[in-house]
Amino acid sequence: MSVSEELRSKYQLVVGLEVHAQLLTNSKAYSSDANEYGDLPNTHISVVTLAHPGTLPVHNTKVVEYGAKMGLATNCSITRYNYFDRKNYFYPDLPKGYQITQDKTPICRSGFLDIKLKEGVKRIGITRIHMEEDAGKSIHIAGEEESLIDLNRAGVPLVEIVSEPDIRTTEEAYAYLSEIKRLVRYLEICDGNMEEGSLRCDANISVMLKGATEYGRRVEVKNMNSFRNVVRAIDFEMDRQIELIEAGKEVSGETRMFDATTGETYSLRSKENLNDYRYFPEPDLQPFVVTDEWLAGVTSSMPPLPQALYKKFTETYLLPEYDANVLVDNKETALFFESVAQHSTHYKAISNWIIGPVKGYLNELTLSLDQFPISSERLAELANFVESGKVSFAAASQKIFPVMLKNQTASPEVIAKELDIIQEGDETTLLPIIDEVLTKFADKVQQYKNGKTGLLGLFVGEVMKVTKGKADPKLTNKLVIQQLEK
Amino acid sequence: MEVNKETVKKIAHLSRLQFTDQEEDKLVGEMTNILSWMEKLNELDTTTVEPLIHMSAELNVVREDIVKDELPHKNALLNAPKKDSDYFRVPKVIE
Repeated sequence: MSVSEELRSKYQLVVGLEVHAQLLTNSKAYSSDANEYGDLPNTHISVVTLAHPGTLPVHNTKVVEYGAKMGLATNCSITRYNYFDRKNYFYPDLPKGYQITQDKTPICRSGFLDIKLKEGVKRIGITRIHMEEDAGKSIHIAGEEESLIDLNRAGVPLVEIVSEPDIRTTEEAYAYLSEIKRLVRYLEICDGNMEEGSLRCDANISVMLKGATEYGRRVEVKNMNSFRNVVRAIDFEMDRQIELIEAGKEVSGETRMFDATTGETYSLRSKENLNDYRYFPEPDLQPFVVTDEWLAGVTSSMPPLPQALYKKFTETYLLPEYDANVLVDNKETALFFESVAQHSTHYKAISNWIIGPVKGYLNELTLSLDQFPISSERLAELANFVESGKVSFAAASQKIFPVMLKNQTASPEVIAKELDIIQEGDETTLLPIIDEVLTKFADKVQQYKNGKTGLLGLFVGEVMKVTKGKADPKLTNKLVIQQLEK
Repeated sequence: MEVNKETVKKIAHLSRLQFTDQEEDKLVGEMTNILSWMEKLNELDTTTVEPLIHMSAELNVVREDIVKDELPHKNALLNAPKKDSDYFRVPKVIE
């Protein structure tokens, strides 16, 4: 593509995203066969999935609950009277010949999501979130005359989250997707794995001259299986559309596919585009009415959400932004921090412990936080112990922490005593040692006094050596300076 | 609503059906008859009537999220016109 930066800067990109999230239920949306990824083909199917005559769909309570949760997490209003619609299309991956979806009464409407950008926070509107079912998988093998159909995925519940066309840059698109992914994981309604297809994204992309009041004609791009590919597809499509417009041609409102190997989008043949879904109400599924009581139940089961936790961490615990960001990146870490913070008020110290040694340990052994052997209470004790000045952080993280990983009964203090690494912190024991060292290095003291202040480390190091590393480095530093400047 | 040959062709395509020219002509007539007959309903004033979607007044018919009633793999494939040991086989849907 040969669109110059200058030409690009004349145009404004406009993007709306449609995200499909596969719900983490045990069973399918409207039938009770298992919602299970990765098993042998056609092993999780039922007469309903196969659309045998006379079979009827029934709601899975979890699906409605998860749909509402996503809406509550994105500040939507929850639709009280939900009925369902048939989206008709004839394709072998969906034996019924239609997909059950919500066309007219999406469970969630008119919400928003705040995304964090370099230049600040931006609000992206959420148009709607509706529930629907997934289709099966078709496998086309080159050279084969037939397509292979696996219906394990047919009927798996999805929510589709549709944003307003509020996204203006690829950075915003990326931030929006990251936030959606983080939310579905916090809510535990979807594993958020884009590579495996449990989170899928279609992008509606258009361009217009900067300052224009009317959007350009939009193109829907499908088939991006990573955040990075969404960004690549948007970039490519923006340039393609600018080139068309600059050449005096029209952008045709069509559906295009993204090809990850070339980084380009291509048009589906026009016949495929000739879809007329002929939506009409699904008479087989009874409406679902959201009552006050039911909604209150769902609301009370909501976990703390990342943005609220971030606010709490920075405002109540006064953590730096960096720490708060790392801690709220996933719910387990954030909640672990919260539970350690119940037992210690040294919040920054706890954060250092979690972001440093704890994460390091987990990463090294590729464990998750629920497999971490040290309880939050014990970790708080360790943090408090260091803050009391009895051991240095270095000694605690390199000597006590490894013992605690293996032994969950002993307290940090007991371990420190056993290891004989408790700092000899008080002045009365340290001062004579310091004086001794300074006398021994009288010539260096003179050099120090003549301005060679770099020698301070040498004196402190000597004191540490004499005390076998048990002197509190901070205090030693202070006392050595005090004695030198006497 | 007027049914012409284009309408028939479009509906046939959506249903993946094929008709001869003659059959299409015949269908234009039949579909026109059906729709004109249905038009009769438009004579009724329904401005104060809520649309009826479901035949029963039941609401919130739900089930718990529990796995059951799965078909054994063999039985699931049993009625398929074409299959192999794992998959349903259908005419190739893309080129």
